[in-house]
Amino acid sequence: MLKRYQELPLGGVVVGGATLQLVKTGSWRSGEKPFYDEKRCIHCLLCWVHCPEATILIEDGQMRGFDYEHCKGCGLCAEHCPTDAIQMLSEMAPSPCP
Amino acid sequence: MKKILEKEHRTLLTGAEAAAHTMRQLRPEVVPVYPITPQTPIIETFAQFVADGFVDTEIINVESEHSAMSAAVGASCGGARVLTATSSQGLALMLEICYIASAMRCPIGMAVGSRALSGPINIHCDHSDSMMARDAGWVQIFCENAQEAYDLSIVGQKLAEDQRVLLPVMTIQDGFTITHSAEPVALLPDEAVTEFVGEYRALYPLLDTEHPTTQGPFALPDYYFELKRQQVDAMENVYAVWGELQEEFAKLSGRRYRGLFEAYKLDDAEYIYIVLGATAGTAKVAIDRLRRQRKRVGLLKPWLFRPFPTEEIAQALQGCKAVAILDRALSLGSWGPLYSEISAALNTVSARPLLYNYIYGLGGRDIRPDQLMSVLKDLEGESDANVQRFIGLRE
Repeated sequence: MLKRYQELPLGGVVVGGATLQLVKTGSWRSGEKPFYDEKRCIHCLLCWVHCPEATILIEDGQMRGFDYEHCKGCGLCAEHCPTDAIQMLSEMAPSPCP
Repeated sequence: MKKILEKEHRTLLTGAEAAAHTMRQLRPEVVPVYPITPQTPIIETFAQFVADGFVDTEIINVESEHSAMSAAVGASCGGARVLTATSSQGLALMLEICYIASAMRCPIGMAVGSRALSGPINIHCDHSDSMMARDAGWVQIFCENAQEAYDLSIVGQKLAEDQRVLLPVMTIQDGFTITHSAEPVALLPDEAVTEFVGEYRALYPLLDTEHPTTQGPFALPDYYFELKRQQVDAMENVYAVWGELQEEFAKLSGRRYRGLFEAYKLDDAEYIYIVLGATAGTAKVAIDRLRRQRKRVGLLKPWLFRPFPTEEIAQALQGCKAVAILDRALSLGSWGPLYSEISAALNTVSARPLLYNYIYGLGGRDIRPDQLMSVLKDLEGESDANVQRFIGLRE
């Protein structure tokens, strides 16, 4: 339900942390999304550091994939990956990393 | 921290120095600023106060006014009291961020030494810079002299930070005419100003990591309109808060700014002059001389231009014969900005006076009492109303 102007925090401030979860920014992607090759990944987590939307999924300190509901497809993770484990590929392409 | 004023002190100050004293007494945490004539002596004087240890402020020497206002917005969102100052091209360069400052509800205080906008390039006074910024969502206060520049920037900061308002405020003094002219100014004790203004507590300080917030988010067609509507409310609240604060300030200082404009000999006036800023002083001389000739003339000097005191001015003008609206700025292709406001304000009035628009003083062109006095002949019926005329122009 959209709020009336009187109900909104002044200046459009979004109150509270982790509000990213509420907005499915994955719909912003156009064309490409990141895929990663488990064998090449050294779990340095530079992708996690650089991802602006916290979409790198981590389990026990290990890179486990992407939250595509929120990934905007910016490609920073692929750009910063030191082993080229992450590649930006067409949305339509079948996953190269089964 | 060293104190320099323990009791009220009357001294000779320029408008710029008076504004710098206000800044010192308001004790801002952050002042991002870039020098520009004729504002420069404001920040020069303030920087000296900081260097001498009279006030503990972080001055950020930025690389442009665009950066100055950007840093001001950032620091204000962080929870700091932020002040700055500018003029003319500096205000033009800031303008993009000025809209953001008001939309993010940052109560930044800015001293403006009003100066003509280029081109042609010019360093002297007119109101083209302030008028350019009239729609930026800032409260705009016009000052007649150094005392007003001092007083109204104190009241202005408290107004800005009032939770019913939370808008940035620019306190405008005429470049050179006020910024560089020395006159006696009564300064309040430091402690009194500090107490009057109080401590600024931001609603959502960005640096409060216990209570995280996102500030300045994208607002698409589903929310942009509502957020602009909030600013309308804030502006409307200014009228009442201004009145309250002026009462409080009068108790503190003995100087009373009654209402939203100064009414000078208006009670029985048939012909009324309206003017902003320093020229009000010249107009008072003209009014006094005309009164000696038994002319029933008066002066209406708005302190507030944004929000504009529409209803109060309409009431004050109701029933008078004619009004001379003096604009120190052009809105090329239309009437002077002040004229448009007055004309719109009178829409609700049945006894609508005749309106005359005069453009004067562009680029620092001098304006004298005799020129203002001669305007009265037009108002008395020698010339048509609703024509834009120019005072002191070779034509």
